[in-house]
Amino acid sequence: MTDTRFHPRELLLGFLRPIDLPLLLLLALLLGYAFVLMMSASPERIPSLQVNTAVALAAMWVTARVPAQRLLSLALPLYLIGVLLLIAVDLFGETSKGATRWLDIGVTRIQPSEIMKIAMPLMLAWYFQQREGQIGLRDFIVAGLLLVVPVGLIMVQPDLGTSLLVTAAGVYVIYFAGLSWKLLVPVVAVGVIGIGAIVGFGDQICQPGVDWPGLREYQKHRVCTLLDPTQDPLGKGFHIIQSTIAIGSGGVLGKGWMDGTQTHLAFLPERHTDFIFSVLAEEFGLIGIVVLLAIYVLLLLRGFYIAAMAPTLATRLLGGAITMIFFTYAFVNMGMVSGILPVVGVPLPFISYGGTALVTLCLGVGILMSIQRSRVLAQA
Amino acid sequence: MMEFRTPDEELGRFRRRVLIAGIFIAVCFGLLVARFWFLQVVRYDYYHTRAEDNRIALLPIVPGRGSITDRNGVPLARNYAAYTLEITPSRVRDLEATIDGLAEIVEIDARDRRRFKKLLEESKNFESVPLRTRLTEEEVARVIARRYQFPGVEVQARLFRDYPQGELASHVIGYIGRINQRDRERIEESGDEANYRGSEHIGKSGLEQSYEAELHGVTGAEQVEVNAGGRAVRQLARTPGLAGNDLELTLDIEMQKVAEAAFGKRRGALVAIEPATGGVLALVSKPGYDPNLFVDGISTEDWKSLNESPDHPLVNRAIFSAYPPGSTFKPFMAMAGLSAGKRTITQTIPDPGYFMFGGHRFMDDKVGGHGMVDLPKSIVVSCNTYYYQLANDLGIDGIANFMRPFGFGSRTGIDVPGEAEGVLPTPEWKKKRFRKKEHQKWFGGETISVGIGQGYNAYTPLQMANAVAALVNDGKLFRPHVVRHVVSPVTGERRVVEPAPIRTIPFKPEHAAAVRQAMVDVNKVGTGARAFAGAPYSVGGKTGTAQVFSLRGQRYVEGRVSERLRDHSWFIAYAPADKPTIALAVLVENGGFGAQSAAPIARQVIDYHLLGKRRDQPAGEDVDAADEGDEHAAHPHAGAHATAAEPAQPQAGGQEGEPRSE
Repeated sequence: MTDTRFHPRELLLGFLRPIDLPLLLLLALLLGYAFVLMMSASPERIPSLQVNTAVALAAMWVTARVPAQRLLSLALPLYLIGVLLLIAVDLFGETSKGATRWLDIGVTRIQPSEIMKIAMPLMLAWYFQQREGQIGLRDFIVAGLLLVVPVGLIMVQPDLGTSLLVTAAGVYVIYFAGLSWKLLVPVVAVGVIGIGAIVGFGDQICQPGVDWPGLREYQKHRVCTLLDPTQDPLGKGFHIIQSTIAIGSGGVLGKGWMDGTQTHLAFLPERHTDFIFSVLAEEFGLIGIVVLLAIYVLLLLRGFYIAAMAPTLATRLLGGAITMIFFTYAFVNMGMVSGILPVVGVPLPFISYGGTALVTLCLGVGILMSIQRSRVLAQA
Repeated sequence: MMEFRTPDEELGRFRRRVLIAGIFIAVCFGLLVARFWFLQVVRYDYYHTRAEDNRIALLPIVPGRGSITDRNGVPLARNYAAYTLEITPSRVRDLEATIDGLAEIVEIDARDRRRFKKLLEESKNFESVPLRTRLTEEEVARVIARRYQFPGVEVQARLFRDYPQGELASHVIGYIGRINQRDRERIEESGDEANYRGSEHIGKSGLEQSYEAELHGVTGAEQVEVNAGGRAVRQLARTPGLAGNDLELTLDIEMQKVAEAAFGKRRGALVAIEPATGGVLALVSKPGYDPNLFVDGISTEDWKSLNESPDHPLVNRAIFSAYPPGSTFKPFMAMAGLSAGKRTITQTIPDPGYFMFGGHRFMDDKVGGHGMVDLPKSIVVSCNTYYYQLANDLGIDGIANFMRPFGFGSRTGIDVPGEAEGVLPTPEWKKKRFRKKEHQKWFGGETISVGIGQGYNAYTPLQMANAVAALVNDGKLFRPHVVRHVVSPVTGERRVVEPAPIRTIPFKPEHAAAVRQAMVDVNKVGTGARAFAGAPYSVGGKTGTAQVFSLRGQRYVEGRVSERLRDHSWFIAYAPADKPTIALAVLVENGGFGAQSAAPIARQVIDYHLLGKRRDQPAGEDVDAADEGDEHAAHPHAGAHATAAEPAQPQAGGQEGEPRSE
């Protein structure tokens, strides 16, 4: 089948070989959506969106070509580098808007917490792979520790959104690895009760003088604003109120592409990044939202299928976790802009403007493709 | 502890967990869809409206205020555009810090800060409040360059009111000021709110107040799309406003200037009227004030110095302060005597230098008296005895009934706001005026005092001038007016303010002729001769002196008292004598004899009016008392006398007073 001679058709096939076409198709739909929305929300960013997209797709392709087992062998070094960089950020990082997230490495600035979004599930999947067949409570404790250290480092930056996503990534691996429901349920229950308590006592704990242990003032504001956005319509609640108005006024059919008044009159904050979903909801209405959700659902289904069919424990865990991360991005972002979750700064996956996030997400897609390819290779 | 599992069991469990995760995802997405259904379908109308509200703002287009010019087109009030530095308090976190920061870029002195604080207290939080007005181009550039540092700070181009004449005619023109709570309530009551949306200023006094409806114009509206910052980004619809109408006055600002200059530093008032129309040529109240101080909100210290000054510069003495007319009342008394048939022109009475009434001696100012006095002589030499007697013969009601049609003791209806009524005393008036029974009774001696223009009677300079105008205009009394034309700047339409005759006073022309001849003689050989020496025209006049009795309410200031105790000086005049084009009344507070202070001012004004001559300097201080006929002994010894007015306190309207003795 292989031929050393130059052959265009063979070359194209070779180029496409690592690619999972269903995933690529769904990704293309999402990126297309992103371009359409960006033309309305922030047309001046189209050129850099093109660059970001090209880089992200290249990263995906490269990742997809790497066999899954090779990827997993990178888990430990990647994780360690990530943790070291996080420590470095906390020590020498650049501060912007009250948070220290960036590290200047001479050539460019990087955000090490972003690495952790990939390194964390990779690391845990790799770890459980090592313990395959004999996974016990001890291993879940180790996994928990592996999770807590970087999350703690990210939290002190502080970066609530990223620490949440990294935590989720780790928890998903642990969940798929088979942590007993007896342990899982109480943890989830505590979380649910905790959130319920915050909502229930929102008025009291949001008083100006009350300090929240472990959280910064701005994080407290975000939660309090979520509880009652109308309290500060010109300040902290402004984003949520305006974004809710944008979504609601879109109606079923939307106001039409480029015709979103909230969008075009600058009522929508960060309309090209975290709040781009509101642009979609305003201009394309409920129909547009359902279309987007359908694409996401198909993407998740494909991800789960790949994971369920994956040849090894590690690839299964990794595939499942990555799929769940996509879901988490999408759900948290949409919940956030529609006012049912706090504004924690999570982008809409594949659509929000932002090179780092897009590359990270496409790396995830690349990993899924790599897993899928490893199954095909294993079967062959 | 986990039990060991085969890879198949492991796989099976993994797939079950994927399924559970899938269900979880389905629930979460279902939740989102429900939320979007709620927002976009159930609550669509609400959010749709909210978005529209967000989007569209109705901005008022404030019309340009009408200008005010004198009869020759000289601007008295006009608008100019200037930049202001404004702060919207609701959008600023730390006002003090912002102001301090701005002070580093543009000059902001303590006065600006104080005014800003004052305006801030009066304003609503979301309104922008001016911090500095009249920025230079350079300052504008500096602020704009660093505006990003100061959220909530704006540079606005606004129209400002300017009174280029400064103090000149300030009491006539008045001023505008920022709309305060009281104005706001008044506007709401009148149902004119819509028209004042966006207006920041309103006429507070003078013509600016009385012609507010003409000057303000009609506010237009502009529908604009606004962004979240409140900035208009696109115009959707526009209803243009209608600029306010311009006022053209009857006032001759040059004459006003001559008159005010003639007053110098003295306090007083002058009203000059065109007898044939009632048009006011000059209306002076001294001291004046600079109306420009009020436009952007007067500073506390300026207000204090104006309001607490013993000279009361804010009071319009010409129309609000009433003074006993003194001997200027005599020509009218003479008319009353002739009309009532109590005197003839040639009938003479002996003047021994006093008049006995009720066992009291009412003194003439000339010791030994004027001898035999007929009516013309009584005016020319200002004989008190003649009028004591006449007043007694006429009775107080006879006097009042004759004087009332001249407008004495009632508002003339001039179009400058804030007119006082004055006092035309009658027994009924006294009954109403005083509460205590023992003060209510009218005494015959009081009638005697009224006869020489003292006692309770008190008239504004405007009333005096208008009465003179009626006397020399065959009894035709006009409603005096300052505005001649109301001009629409849009259509160019000129609405003429027609002369408004109130009534014709039925006196005999030959009686008026005799009195007028006597008044001409006053300036030829009588008490006004010195002031009008060498005048190349014929002019009628009469001097007068109003007594200042009381110092009530005035703080005792040494060195001041004696001056403030001096009599007020009156002069009424008209010219040219045969066909008068000007009738005027001059009052100089504490000016002493009428001939000494007031007459020379009248001379300068009439010189200007008839000859175009201008002196622009204080008049009369070099003129000696040429008035041996003026009433020196104005205080009747009998004490049948009361001062009806408190001229030293003009803000009291001259209507306060108590009987001093009886």
